[in-house]
Amino acid sequence: MPVDGFMYPNEVELQWGVLIVLYPFLTGLVAGAFILASLERVFRVDAVKPTYRLALLTALAFLLVAPLPLQLHLGHPERSLEMYLTPHRTSAMAMFGFVYLWYLMAVLVVEIWLDYRKDIVLMMRSSKGLKKNLYRVMALGSDNISERALGIDNRVGWIVTVIGIPSAFLLHGYVGFIFGSVKANPWWSTPLMPVVFIFSAMVSGIATVMLLYMFTTKYRGREIDMRCVDTIARYLFYTFLIDFSLEMLDLIHRIYEADESFRSLDFMVHTKLWLSQVVIQIGVGTTIPLILLFMVQVFPMNAIVRKRIYALTGSLTIIGIFAMRWNVVIGGQLFSKSFLGYTIYKMGYVTREGLFAAIFLTLLPLAILWVLVKVLPPWPDSGSPLTSGISPAVGDDK
Amino acid sequence: MKITRRQLLILLPAAAVAWKYVRAGTPQESPNYNTSEHWWGMLLDITKCIGCGSCVHACQLENHVPDGYFRTWVERYVVRDWGFEHVSVDSPDGGKNGYPPLPWDQGKSFFVPKMCNQCADSPCTQVCPVGATFVSPDGVVLVDPKYCLGCRYCVQACPYGCRFINPETRTAEKCTLCYHRITKGLTTACCEACPTGARQLADLKDPNDPVHEFLKTHSVQVLKPHLATGSKAFYNGLDGSVR
Amino acid sequence: MKCAQSHPDVPWLTEPCRSSLFQLPSEACVGRTVDRLDGLWEIVGLIKETYGPFQPPAAMIAYKDVQHLFRLATVFVIGFVLFLILRAFLVPKSFGQFGHYRGDALQEIAARPISYAGHEVCEACHTDVFDLKKHGRHARVACESCHGPLENHVDDPGNVVPAKLDTALLCVRCHESIPAKPMDFPQVNTAEHSAELPCETCHKPHSPRIETEEKKK
Repeated sequence: MPVDGFMYPNEVELQWGVLIVLYPFLTGLVAGAFILASLERVFRVDAVKPTYRLALLTALAFLLVAPLPLQLHLGHPERSLEMYLTPHRTSAMAMFGFVYLWYLMAVLVVEIWLDYRKDIVLMMRSSKGLKKNLYRVMALGSDNISERALGIDNRVGWIVTVIGIPSAFLLHGYVGFIFGSVKANPWWSTPLMPVVFIFSAMVSGIATVMLLYMFTTKYRGREIDMRCVDTIARYLFYTFLIDFSLEMLDLIHRIYEADESFRSLDFMVHTKLWLSQVVIQIGVGTTIPLILLFMVQVFPMNAIVRKRIYALTGSLTIIGIFAMRWNVVIGGQLFSKSFLGYTIYKMGYVTREGLFAAIFLTLLPLAILWVLVKVLPPWPDSGSPLTSGISPAVGDDK
Repeated sequence: MKITRRQLLILLPAAAVAWKYVRAGTPQESPNYNTSEHWWGMLLDITKCIGCGSCVHACQLENHVPDGYFRTWVERYVVRDWGFEHVSVDSPDGGKNGYPPLPWDQGKSFFVPKMCNQCADSPCTQVCPVGATFVSPDGVVLVDPKYCLGCRYCVQACPYGCRFINPETRTAEKCTLCYHRITKGLTTACCEACPTGARQLADLKDPNDPVHEFLKTHSVQVLKPHLATGSKAFYNGLDGSVR
Repeated sequence: MKCAQSHPDVPWLTEPCRSSLFQLPSEACVGRTVDRLDGLWEIVGLIKETYGPFQPPAAMIAYKDVQHLFRLATVFVIGFVLFLILRAFLVPKSFGQFGHYRGDALQEIAARPISYAGHEVCEACHTDVFDLKKHGRHARVACESCHGPLENHVDDPGNVVPAKLDTALLCVRCHESIPAKPMDFPQVNTAEHSAELPCETCHKPHSPRIETEEKKK
């Protein structure tokens, strides 16, 4: 028997597996990448401009893949349209469908479209055949890239970004609410859950875009803009501090109040979740990145050392945030609601909800990003008239 | 067999009543049932439960519950000292085939039958994204297997662990309070099979229901009252150590 | 406009009414060299140079500059309307009848087949057993509690005959002594009590109390 102690008979098998761990991880990356993009657009942090378009495309690539782990998990994926047809208004999960659709269509796609429209039209004019038709469809048949039109686009895009920031918070905050509102589960039920999810999402998104920017720039044989990555790393540090504080607050609060669930949960953290929570999430995934980022802020280091640190920090951060999702989702199902026992998670490998499916779904957004980058190049320094950036005809950072 | 007049006087009305119940098994009788006249619950008497597992067995047969999953089950508690923290619980195969013996000097011990609490403020209904699980007008929490997506949110939201996913239909499933029986005037399969009367179906809207009198004259509890689920599974003699 | 005469292939120069943007004195371009059509941007730069940053009056926002936004909005509206139409077809008709669920589900669940007939039905035919049982200790024990579900026997009494029960397994399920059972419930340690003999050697299942000679009198 996989059970340690006593569990209600129906609790022994875990309901939500690695795919449900993956889902908040992916939507978190989306929200985080978008917040980084909005830093430039709304808060006028010019230094991070080289990553603006890359961040948007990253968000789109991950958002397109985000529903797939859910579809694979459902007992009847063919009925998933019911969430749009008859959404139950008291259910946070039902609201997902609309928040997702809103964010995908009304925020992300519109913002990307408005920002890229000039390039799309120019590419339409300069290409032939199938490619020309593709771009024509993307431009919705419009050929107008006059300064007036682009100025209006800019204004509308700014408004969309402003709306997009709370939308990004909603997109990922509601995932936190899905867990945080389950009163039956004391590991999940806390008002801090949506806030912790949002901040850890921002951390993971910023780290991902930073890594992608560094990797793609190196891959294209260009020079990494140090002012850009230094700024991103600084924002990563600040966000991480807030995230860490929130998680520590939750922990300290639990230990102090020591309610009926505490003994059982404490034992679980010390045994079943020791590796994934204490070692990976807190140790390797949070404390080490925080120390490294702190050192970069305080001690002078040359560019090469800083790049190495950023690469390491970014990777550890992403691992740590994935571990956080794991600890929330899987951890919340390892203990019995009778507080008298524990079970184990038997992750399949080749099954529909198994490890290979999870790995595939993690790599798929990168493949999609590769395609997006080909169709809508985000590079600020490509040297052609088809430059990126918000204001037309003005040269960007070199 | 010689039938006396006395026996005939008993036999005929009994046959008439029986005929009504035989007929009740047919779907045509269902239209007579008016949901607004009933509000269903269950009384579970810990002082009477002997842990025989007949209820678990009967439920499985009546409702075709797959092996390894339980719409109802029985737990045995052994409370070793006065603190509620030191308790051991076991439920071998849900208690379906009874229990192995215990040494005598372990402390206070008793059986607790568990099932869906038919919550009036059901958290599982609250979280269902599509309306596949619902509270019927007569107070029974049901699952519509043709509409359920199998997202498992309801299983997570139930504080009592009474829901599971049926591996064949891949939809959520749980105790239906034998809705197909109670709407025809029969009692639930578990109540029918219980030899000691530890389980009793309760119609909280029917003043003639004997459970009303019991609820008025005894101290009854519900499980996890701090979660305010509006549970309608009332326990008599529930110890503080029960989870 | 002189500009239009010199540049007949530039569309916006020949549409003076629609374009409010380029109502310029034609002398602005005269004397300037413009290489190719892509020198469009050069002209725009030239205009900026001449007139400073362009600030059109708000009322003069031309439709063609927001046409693409209207097209985008149209795409959204069409999508929404299609969704509503789809919804009208796909939502089950009985949905919402009693609450946020498919109303037909109540009937479907209520119409499921029955396996346990209920003791009243047994008692109607098996009156002898009922008489024996009703004054005994097993009066409140339902027939199917021991005999299992028998609705199919009720439907076809002749052909469906319930199996004879094995008391060695059946009786101990309730009456084997386990500490957790209520103290007032009759229970024995069967190893000591019956020395492996089947229970019905001494106890009749339908009226299990053993009648002693004194009680019979």
